[in-house]
Amino acid sequence: MDAIFLQILNGLDKGGAYALIALGLTLVFGTLGVVNFAHGALFMLGAFCAVTLNRLLNISFERVSETEKDFLGNPRVEKVPYIEQWFGPDLAGFLLDWSVPISILLTIVVMAVIGVAMERGLIKHFYKRPHADQILVTFGLAIVLQEIVRHYFGANPIPQPAPDIVAGAANVGSWLGLGDNVIYPWWRLVYFLFSALVIFAVFAFLQFTTFGMVVRAGMQDRETVGLLGINIQRRFTVVFGLAAVVAGVAGAMYTPILPPDYHMGMDFLVLSFVVVVVGGMGSLGGAVLAGFVLGILQSFASMNEIKSILPGIDQIIVYLVAVIVLLTRPRGLMGRRGVAEE
Amino acid sequence: MKILYPNRRKILQLGAAAGAATLATPHFFSRGAFAQSMDYRNAPTGDTVTLGFNVPQTGAYADEGADELRAYQLAVEHLNGEGDGGMLNTFSSKALEGNGINGKKVAFVTGDTQTKSDAARASAKRMIENDDAVMITGGSSSGVAIAVQGLCQEAGVIFMAGLTHSNDTTGKDKRANGFRHFFNTEMTGAALAPVLKNAYGTDRKAYHLTADYTWGWSQEESIKKYTEGLGWETVSAVRTPLGAGDFSQYLTPVLNSGADVLVLNHYGKDMVNSLTQAVQFGLRDKQVNGKDFVIVVPLYSRLMAQGAGENVKGIFGSTNWHWSLQDEGSKAFVKSFGEKYGFPPSQAAHTCYSQALLYADACQRAGTFQPSEVGKALEGFEFDGLGNGPVLYRAADHQCFKDVLVVKGKENPSSEFDLLEVVEVTPRAQVEYDPELLGGELGPYNDGV
Repeated sequence: MDAIFLQILNGLDKGGAYALIALGLTLVFGTLGVVNFAHGALFMLGAFCAVTLNRLLNISFERVSETEKDFLGNPRVEKVPYIEQWFGPDLAGFLLDWSVPISILLTIVVMAVIGVAMERGLIKHFYKRPHADQILVTFGLAIVLQEIVRHYFGANPIPQPAPDIVAGAANVGSWLGLGDNVIYPWWRLVYFLFSALVIFAVFAFLQFTTFGMVVRAGMQDRETVGLLGINIQRRFTVVFGLAAVVAGVAGAMYTPILPPDYHMGMDFLVLSFVVVVVGGMGSLGGAVLAGFVLGILQSFASMNEIKSILPGIDQIIVYLVAVIVLLTRPRGLMGRRGVAEE
Repeated sequence: MKILYPNRRKILQLGAAAGAATLATPHFFSRGAFAQSMDYRNAPTGDTVTLGFNVPQTGAYADEGADELRAYQLAVEHLNGEGDGGMLNTFSSKALEGNGINGKKVAFVTGDTQTKSDAARASAKRMIENDDAVMITGGSSSGVAIAVQGLCQEAGVIFMAGLTHSNDTTGKDKRANGFRHFFNTEMTGAALAPVLKNAYGTDRKAYHLTADYTWGWSQEESIKKYTEGLGWETVSAVRTPLGAGDFSQYLTPVLNSGADVLVLNHYGKDMVNSLTQAVQFGLRDKQVNGKDFVIVVPLYSRLMAQGAGENVKGIFGSTNWHWSLQDEGSKAFVKSFGEKYGFPPSQAAHTCYSQALLYADACQRAGTFQPSEVGKALEGFEFDGLGNGPVLYRAADHQCFKDVLVVKGKENPSSEFDLLEVVEVTPRAQVEYDPELLGGELGPYNDGV
């Protein structure tokens, strides 16, 4: 029972990341009709916004130590962050400790700019081109972005600690009357709640604002909305920026779970596409549902009891489910007739 | 008199014959000329000799590859008499004179293994066939090392392995043309087990998470063998996909398994991620069976420790070499590398630098670059001054035997490089084993002609 509960928790935080990436992918596909293979790179760029803020906060001046030596036996050059000198050690320590949550502010701005620039500078030229062209150009863009990141940040993962207060593990078992072995990292619980909040915010934005209503109408029938005199194109540019921001903040908050490296976007991209297809192309609710369902199934498939019966099932479960869903429900779990069908 | 009138069939036949002869001619001639003047492949004819450095320049091990390349460039400088000479000054063999190898200036070409066997083989092939590299060296993965070693054996050039830790490289997949300076998982098990016994006792239950490829299997097998020899019980050994990223679904079963030790048979990015996540799951703060839960990382590298940050504190593992060693060879190498690049070398840099010097020295002593002669000069070669104490290049399997370092993540690091402390230098005698143990056949040397 404990093990099953833990795997559900696992699936929820993993599913949270899948759902956030898939949500952005679906938004872009549903509105612009573009298959964006660079979306994983946006997740990675968001993660590196967190790394960048941490580096900015750590910009230091050098001070030659009078007592300590470096590895060559020369007087050691110590690095003291400027923020420590400007704000004192307490505030500097707080800013460094909370750099990942604070980085969300930077990520929102940076990713919105990147998203809009990407759409205006590149993607808009491919709206009327075949999907194969879109895949090629966005995949190429993803490689360019990740190589730029590798050039500046190196190939090794860069650890980003969670704030001290949520760095340990929570005894979830004691809350729920389960065993003492049901412990779960605080930050993963935070991540799950964060992803749920972002998903809720995106849905609320689309459901309860005029802007969202126009976008939803555009997703259903772009031409008719255009004929009503609404500049749907400008709204879709904003939607692309929104999708980039969602992917970016998902990446930034994921850094304490997975030390980011330049390749992390590609690792998530394929799975996220499967999530979109299983959920139903163009269905936002389907993307979220499929993200969590596949995350949970992936976690269960990794249990030793399951693997002893079906060796290697943890590697193929997501794709197996995709095949079964597409055979039984060709439009995905929540796909509707006429949407994303040409 | 019969007059022969050409017809289309005849012309085609003649054309085909002429074409075949034209295509074959260079082969006949060059092969004949090659055999007469050269006894081996890519024999250098000018005043330079070309070495091929095949390292990961892109992909997950690109940082380690960059450090390997720095070390090779430093070695080339020292072989050509430039710089401060580094470990040439401390190397027990004095055959090299700082004027290249066998009087020829050392040049090099590089290839990108991408840490993929097929890409590594392609880049090695290109360096052998197009750049006339007489030796291939480098790499950061056992899968790549075994693939490139096989290629070099077929092509007839020497392969001096870089960072490869699987038993198979000099075990079941060993080849006459291949040589390894780096240690292996068998040695890690032999060195680490006594330290684990002293630290954690003999009544322990271990849970293994293992990278699902040749190195991971080899590491798991060796650690199980030695820890079970101590009296530890292996509760479970779970294979994880290479590059899994999120290991949480593999870590949660550990919580309920009854195990009190987690052995992470992971390297590189996998190790950074699995260790970071294991610590996040509170495993290091847990008590099981009345004991503190502990984590063991059998193979450490300083670059990985940097990636895992504070999570490495107090965790045991083994390493081939560490920059804090105080023997003359290590000090000379750290000084030379540190002054040139501004930071201390990694174990990957050390093994690659050593391999370059050992190859050059063997050529110099043999008086030729012929693989079979160079190999014989390396076989049974005993040396000192390259940073690991007295070392033997064993003839039976082309594996170096030397002291092995057991290290622990430092509690209070003084700098970003000072992450591991050497807790024990396990003597060479303790990690030696019968060459038959790991199987395989060296087979004959291939000189490529």
